[in-house]
Amino acid sequence: MAWFKKGKPVKADKKVKIPEGSWVKCNNCKEIIYRQELDKNVKVCPKCNYHFRISAMERLALLVDDQSFHELDVDLVSNDPLKFKDKKPYKERLEENREKSGLREASVSGEATIHGHQVVVVVLDFSFMGGSMGSVVGEKILRAAELALETKKPFITVASSGGARMQEGIFSLMQMARVSAVIAKLRDNGILYISILADPTFGGVTASFAMLGDIIIGEPRSLVGFAGPRVIEQTIKKQLPEDFQRSEFLLDHGLIDKIVDRKELKKTVAQLIELLT
Amino acid sequence: MIKYFLDFEKPIEELESKIEELKRLSNGKDINISEEVVKLEKKAKALRSEIFSNLSPWQKTLLARHPDRPYTIDYIHRITSDFIELHGDRRFADDKAIVGGVAKLKNVPVIIVGHQKGRGTKERIIRNFGQPHPEGYRKALRIMKLAEKFNVPVITLIDTPGAYPGVGAEERGQAEAIAVNLMQMSRLRVPIISIVIGEGGSGGALALGISDRLFMLEHSVYSVISPEGCAAILWKKDGNLDAKDFSKAADTLKLTAQDLLKFHIIDDVIPEPLGGAHRDIEKTSKNISARILESLRDLETKSADTLIDERYERLKRISSCSEHS
Ligand SMILES: [Zn+2]
Repeated sequence: MAWFKKGKPVKADKKVKIPEGSWVKCNNCKEIIYRQELDKNVKVCPKCNYHFRISAMERLALLVDDQSFHELDVDLVSNDPLKFKDKKPYKERLEENREKSGLREASVSGEATIHGHQVVVVVLDFSFMGGSMGSVVGEKILRAAELALETKKPFITVASSGGARMQEGIFSLMQMARVSAVIAKLRDNGILYISILADPTFGGVTASFAMLGDIIIGEPRSLVGFAGPRVIEQTIKKQLPEDFQRSEFLLDHGLIDKIVDRKELKKTVAQLIELLT
Repeated sequence: MIKYFLDFEKPIEELESKIEELKRLSNGKDINISEEVVKLEKKAKALRSEIFSNLSPWQKTLLARHPDRPYTIDYIHRITSDFIELHGDRRFADDKAIVGGVAKLKNVPVIIVGHQKGRGTKERIIRNFGQPHPEGYRKALRIMKLAEKFNVPVITLIDTPGAYPGVGAEERGQAEAIAVNLMQMSRLRVPIISIVIGEGGSGGALALGISDRLFMLEHSVYSVISPEGCAAILWKKDGNLDAKDFSKAADTLKLTAQDLLKFHIIDDVIPEPLGGAHRDIEKTSKNISARILESLRDLETKSADTLIDERYERLKRISSCSEHS
């Protein structure tokens, strides 16, 4: 994602030379924001409340108590069951994404505390192959949820994903079944599951664990749906309204419980845990 | 009646129409022509078996979507008796892209549910080309829950290009409907047997596919994305994609019944008659019902707890990753 698009900055004084990278243009209101100010404001535009996409690590820093995160299953990597190759082999693509994102896969899972409450948490990272769910993401969710079940801790996921990972074919599709099956077990055993939907969440991720939370929370204006807007536009041959598939649209249609600002997220999650466990 | 021929079926069609023509001419009286007919019929059979034992993944995809291919209702009427169709999700509508109901399979009551494509333009539209809306998945689940209540096994037949991508579908929670089916089917306390009879199109197919036994017909396909969708993502070309691209994508996706058997994702491949299921629906139906009965005998001795434990363990095994430090 382009944090800073080159070219003429809108509304900024053209005579002032802006140092590369220290200013960011808001995707929504197009205002130019000082990066430090944006970072301090948990990557939320101070002008329009637009929630920028954040990495899994940034998310964890906001959601769980300082120093409380203990990562699990760090070393899981895909076996590339299809020996998939397009312009380049899938294994090479994975390697590139590792270097680019500093992550080993599209999800980070672990144990942590939230305002002192012990939880098991999985966060997807959109910057790693679009947060797509293949065997590793599926396996990490399954193991994390099983741990939550064993230790009777609340289970929290933060989704941000284009859906199932095409490069692992049928194995990716089957991850939807696996993660939904483990969520069913949580449900049968009275374990609280909170699902947080960040921008964007689609396809095989929404059509499995992400929409199965006891409580489902959307970030403001996150795009969330089953089919991508472009696919729908091609199918119905009409333009979609601007608010379509935004968190606010989902709330209106009774599909999620709440929209919570990033700054309030940790507090809200802690409060839910306190009330429900 | 065969009405439609795919490109790779054309040489067979030509030969067959020649045979028909000769038969008509001789009227069974001309011995020389009769001999010629016998010779040509042999040749046609050899050609069919050659073509059909060497189908590419893309050709199989086309065969799985063949307009003459039997659909769920065609099989329901052949593998069960006394079928009573049940309608609606009790919330919004009766989605005709999914059919389901109660029936008897060799004197055993069963619940049978499947995607339903339409034959002919009018019915195709009514069935929405076999692409369900959320109410379709909710209807399927409602009917499957009856199976649990009355302790009868569930049979699902899978045949869809995918869940419908539309505004209403999103408004009514397409993703949630699919997810809930996956979750609930994984805990349904009766045996579930699923068979991919044609197109297993992504999450929309999987939503009827969580089962204790999973089979695929010999020329069916099952994939996370269609070859066309995959090609569009990989080689954009601004929509100017052709059969070559789709063929390459189909190869890459490993979506045939034979691939999935190799991956241990399905239990077995159910053979189709030479030339495909549409060439002999009766024979295909017999092969399907034999497989269902065999599986039921195997599953009926298990307690509900064992069933769902084993179902979960089956799913747990479907993973292709390992620890690498
Ligand atoms: Zn803004």
